[in-house]
Amino acid sequence: MSEASSDQVLRVDAYPTHEVGGYRVRAGKPFPFGANVVPGGVSFSVFSDQATSMTLVIFKRGEPEPMAELEFPEEFRTGSVFAMTVFGLDHENIEYGYRADGPFDPATGHRFDARQVLSDPYARLIAGRDVWGVEPDRSRGYQYRSRVCLQDFDWADDTPLRIPAEDLVVYEAHVRGFTRHPSSGVTAPGTFAGLREKIPYLKELGVNCIELLPVFEFDESDNPRSNPETGEKLYDYWGYNTVSFFAPKAGYAATGRYGMQGDEFRTLIKDLHAAGIEVILDVVFNHTAEGNEMGPTISFKGLDNATYYMLTPEGYYFNFSGTGNTVNCNHPVVRNFVLDCLRHWVADYHIDGFRFDLAAILGRSADGTPLPNPPLLELLAFDPVLRHTKLIAEAWDAGGLYEVGNFPAYGRWAEWNGKYRDTVRSFLKGDPGVTGELATRIAGSPDLYSTRGTSASVNFLTAHDGFTLADLVSYNDKHNEANGEGNNDGGNDNASWNCGAEGPTDDPEVSALRLRQMKNALAILFTSQGIPMLLAGDEVARTQQGNNNTYCQDNELSWFDWDQVDENAELLRFTREMIAFRKHHRELRSTSHPTGRLRDSLGLPDISWHGERAWQPDWSAESRLLAVARCGVGDEDVVYVAMNSHWEPHDLELPALPGGRSWHLFADTGAEAPYDIRTPGTEQELDNAGKYLIGPRSVVILVGRANDPDPRDD
Amino acid sequence: MTLTVKERRNKSGTVLVATGEINSETSGALLQALLPLVREGRPLRIDLTAVTYVSSAGLRTLLVVYREAQHAGVAVTLYGVSEEVRFVMSATGFLDFFETGEAAAAAARAKVAR
Repeated sequence: MSEASSDQVLRVDAYPTHEVGGYRVRAGKPFPFGANVVPGGVSFSVFSDQATSMTLVIFKRGEPEPMAELEFPEEFRTGSVFAMTVFGLDHENIEYGYRADGPFDPATGHRFDARQVLSDPYARLIAGRDVWGVEPDRSRGYQYRSRVCLQDFDWADDTPLRIPAEDLVVYEAHVRGFTRHPSSGVTAPGTFAGLREKIPYLKELGVNCIELLPVFEFDESDNPRSNPETGEKLYDYWGYNTVSFFAPKAGYAATGRYGMQGDEFRTLIKDLHAAGIEVILDVVFNHTAEGNEMGPTISFKGLDNATYYMLTPEGYYFNFSGTGNTVNCNHPVVRNFVLDCLRHWVADYHIDGFRFDLAAILGRSADGTPLPNPPLLELLAFDPVLRHTKLIAEAWDAGGLYEVGNFPAYGRWAEWNGKYRDTVRSFLKGDPGVTGELATRIAGSPDLYSTRGTSASVNFLTAHDGFTLADLVSYNDKHNEANGEGNNDGGNDNASWNCGAEGPTDDPEVSALRLRQMKNALAILFTSQGIPMLLAGDEVARTQQGNNNTYCQDNELSWFDWDQVDENAELLRFTREMIAFRKHHRELRSTSHPTGRLRDSLGLPDISWHGERAWQPDWSAESRLLAVARCGVGDEDVVYVAMNSHWEPHDLELPALPGGRSWHLFADTGAEAPYDIRTPGTEQELDNAGKYLIGPRSVVILVGRANDPDPRDD
Repeated sequence: MTLTVKERRNKSGTVLVATGEINSETSGALLQALLPLVREGRPLRIDLTAVTYVSSAGLRTLLVVYREAQHAGVAVTLYGVSEEVRFVMSATGFLDFFETGEAAAAAARAKVAR
């Protein structure tokens, strides 16, 4: 009658051949790894190079003790892969893991311990941390419990969106932090479902890509510290200590207690796509939650320590990640693991791209040496499934490798441009000697990406790691006391300026300057070439009270306070109009770096630099004023952006425009709202055509376009 | 926890009343009860008023029924979905596929109003 009946194909391998531990079984297929539902049963497949024996341990869901332990018969092993199909299992109501037996000899890298039940590295669901913040029962031997998962989500017509990289406006957000605050007003605060209810907000803001902090299963309770002032428990809130790479975090799902986190996350992605918003995942392949020799054994350490981790000649863990261990990414087996994992997220979750945490590590060899041609990075760049997936590197690591501008890109990899952040921050606070480098950064950093184009540069001023935008203009120094490390954690090179008072202030002048500085930052960010990234909440001046490392703060310090949407409506409006302006003007998004050559149709170069006098930029060390005019393919308008980080106003002589065009004011951060910005297309023609007075510490954006018909004619 | 099902036929279609939990243990029987009703071709209403929990396998079973019904051109309505089950179905996207009793009633009212 329907397609479903054609599934009932007679299969010889749907029948057991052996009995192990009272269960009917047969040899499984080595591929794919993990637990897969097959006719009549579940096929389990796991790799271990040095294990002498492997046992499948099955639990009834939630029970502390196993209901079965099935050792893989020797004839079920192919190469180093143990594979077995077990019949008659209720896949929804079991959890499973492995016991791997083998040598315990840390000097040679082996740490087998058959007393431990290990998570399946390929588990698509993990139970054990089903509801965020619920204190786990640590007396249990098996904490992070693998579950079987069907991959039959009904995507209808959805696929990854393939928005051209240069058109992206990225919004970096934490799944829980985005809606956990009581002011969010969503049905299920702090979850995928809660985020889904905020899609209209994202759409209205104008972003077309959300980059989520880690969503792979992690243990938020994995933090021994507490707040020294309040005694409050601290968490692993950000989630960079991955427990399981194929499983979405259950505690991020309102339905995690029912094991439905996969469907809830997919539903979020499907609806984001329907709203024209891509999803990028922040992924952490440089280290795992297993720490060093003192850390817990969860999975890799017990299955094949010597394969999965970079080890010193003495068998200790290399620590290029600053967290205890380093994943041996360029080992052929581990390479395939990473590839399988990313393919899984693209194929089964329709993920549009990945941001790789401490990606410089992904270019190191087994002994830590940086490789000239890292096989993992090449593999990911050319993989058919990942072919149109955005790949973004955090191109440095904690071992001192800094590769911004020379990350092995294979024509595919983009980078978090740390130099953009540092330069624009420095300019904003009024440092001398920055205008030259500012020009390079806002033009898409041609010094770093000359062969890769502007979209190799992800431009950002703030990210989860560091100050928020509001704190960048409110604090000279970090204030991380709440993290319980005596303010010693977090970066010290913030290039921040408090505008005259440290932290909260009643001084109206300081407050006004801070607001203006935030607008200046956003105006520069959204008119720079490259992919702009906004930290969630910066558009409404979210503060972390000067804490620049809230990795452990699951509270108001980190959460998006939705009351600020009304309280800081002026900044939100400014941000929205800036994003809209960027979409309106193709030259801001051009993939090729500007050349300075004339565009015939306009008689102006694609980019030109100006100062107080048109065509005469001041590159001297004391200069704090720079103006840039752009015109480009696909847009007949000229966009002029003047940036003044000087504490004095300056008279600007504007460059003359080709015939029929005149200068129109889009934004002036020195003007009071609502005259600080306009809706693109409704800019006001300047009264004095050739001049404009830019205020102290202000950004002015003008559009040179065809004159409006005189409104008085109406 | 088990599941019991009862069929009731009336002029406008068939009603299947389910009581208990729909999970991987009970969803097979539910599917066996529902598929013949879909094949009959009459409008089908699944009454979940007395269903306390629908697991992942249960939701998949309902979606399979919906797809079979769509294939056969039969209208399927869920009725009496409890708040908790409705929330789970909504968060996981399954609700998007179904017409539910309340919404269907609202649509009917809207027609009358016109």
